[in-house]
Amino acid sequence: MTSPNDLKFEELEDAVQLLSADPAASTLSMSVSHAPSSPAGGPDVKVDLSEDEQAQEESAEVLERVRGSMMPFPGRSFLKHYVRTSPDLYGPFWICVTLVFSMAISGNLSTFLSQTGNPEYHYRPQFHRVTIAAAVIFIYAWLVPVALWGFLTWRRRAERQIGVFSFLETVCVYGYSLFIYIPTSVLWSIPVQWLQWILVLVSMGVSGSVLVLTFWPVVRDDTKVMAAATLATILVLHTLLAVGCKLYFFQASEKLAPSPTSKPIHASATTGFL
Amino acid sequence: MAAEEEASRPFAGLSDVSISEDIPVEGDISVPVGPSRTDEEFSTLDEPVKETILRDLRAVGNKFIHVLYPRRSSALLRDWDLWGPLLLCVTLALLLQDGTADSDLEGGPQFAEVFVVVWFGSIIITLNSKLLGGTLSFFQSLCVLGYCILPLTVAMVVCRVVLLAAPGTVSFVVRLVVVTASFGWSTFASTAFLSDSQPANRRALVVYPVFLFYFVIGWMVLTYFPVKNRQP
Repeated sequence: MTSPNDLKFEELEDAVQLLSADPAASTLSMSVSHAPSSPAGGPDVKVDLSEDEQAQEESAEVLERVRGSMMPFPGRSFLKHYVRTSPDLYGPFWICVTLVFSMAISGNLSTFLSQTGNPEYHYRPQFHRVTIAAAVIFIYAWLVPVALWGFLTWRRRAERQIGVFSFLETVCVYGYSLFIYIPTSVLWSIPVQWLQWILVLVSMGVSGSVLVLTFWPVVRDDTKVMAAATLATILVLHTLLAVGCKLYFFQASEKLAPSPTSKPIHASATTGFL
Repeated sequence: MAAEEEASRPFAGLSDVSISEDIPVEGDISVPVGPSRTDEEFSTLDEPVKETILRDLRAVGNKFIHVLYPRRSSALLRDWDLWGPLLLCVTLALLLQDGTADSDLEGGPQFAEVFVVVWFGSIIITLNSKLLGGTLSFFQSLCVLGYCILPLTVAMVVCRVVLLAAPGTVSFVVRLVVVTASFGWSTFASTAFLSDSQPANRRALVVYPVFLFYFVIGWMVLTYFPVKNRQP
């Protein structure tokens, strides 16, 4: 068991060289080179506290990965290009936390801005949205990668030729792909419907393509049906997240409940609608 | 035999020593005691309760002063305690109660929600900085983060007073200025303590969660809005 005090980065030099030499190579070579180090199926990711040259690029590395998640290029897998063999959990975790609060705060702001003309409107902080946002986003960013990784591992046993990412790499990709939603949620607070839907499409496009471009090299060696089904599921879940967040946190003004000083029946109708 | 004799040579003189039984062997074995600290520890059981409480309160107050005027001192770190953060958290949570009923979901944070945000947030930030190689201990870091909520608690008191006096846009602007200033103060004070313990290349990674933490608390303070008409 590793205690937090002796966590360290493991750098697999040959794997890095192989991948940087041929970025389009299938990930089979990556998983093979991982095998000697951890028979469980994935590298153990540890944070090295004593290697200074590793630590030199910590902050810059995180920023670079964030930038890379916003600019997907066809043929360039986020995982191979930016993460390589050292996935980190700092980025995904703090992106999720930031996203939770940015959704809740911007949603509150958009409610306020869309209701300023309404004389009956009484400002409410709506703190319960933080709880709901936290549940939704953490389930999406941590349980969906578990399911996907489990599914891909199962398929790898059935069909030998497909590659698989380790669990931490999957979580890493999903976490960084959510980054685009942070500025999007801030912009969603502008209460203009068509702008909000355009933002939904743009952000879904960017983050969805990061996911698809990352997982396509892994699933394309599978049977056509399974490959298409896998990618379709990834995209459908992603769409549900984006559209669901937009509809729940940034509701159009005509659907909002009247001020809470009115009868409790309205309050229960609101919670029923939500 | 000869070897034994040689071995016993250095101790030869001792064979003549004898202690007669009628001389009592007595003496004083005294261990030098350190400064009066040991005496204090024994006597705190005897001191009046008022003194015990006042000593802790004075320690807490001393740390409050160190937060309000952050300068390079190790008082917060050397003698950490969690009474101050508990006091501040309870005060803040009580002040954030806006009179909504439990069944009204749209109101501000409940008492338990404030507690969870403050303590769970502090624990996560502490774990984060420790995993990134920080040298502060777990409780020292909790102590610093908790004490630096003081400016935001003061801002909460000011906000409540302002809301009583002058509702409307003016009060919002005043509250915004006060909360922004105290948020900046809290972040500056806590990073002054926390960032020194981190390697330079990871400082930004440690400061960002602290910034987010006080930003969320500042948002809770700013969006506090009392319900005017209470439902029976």
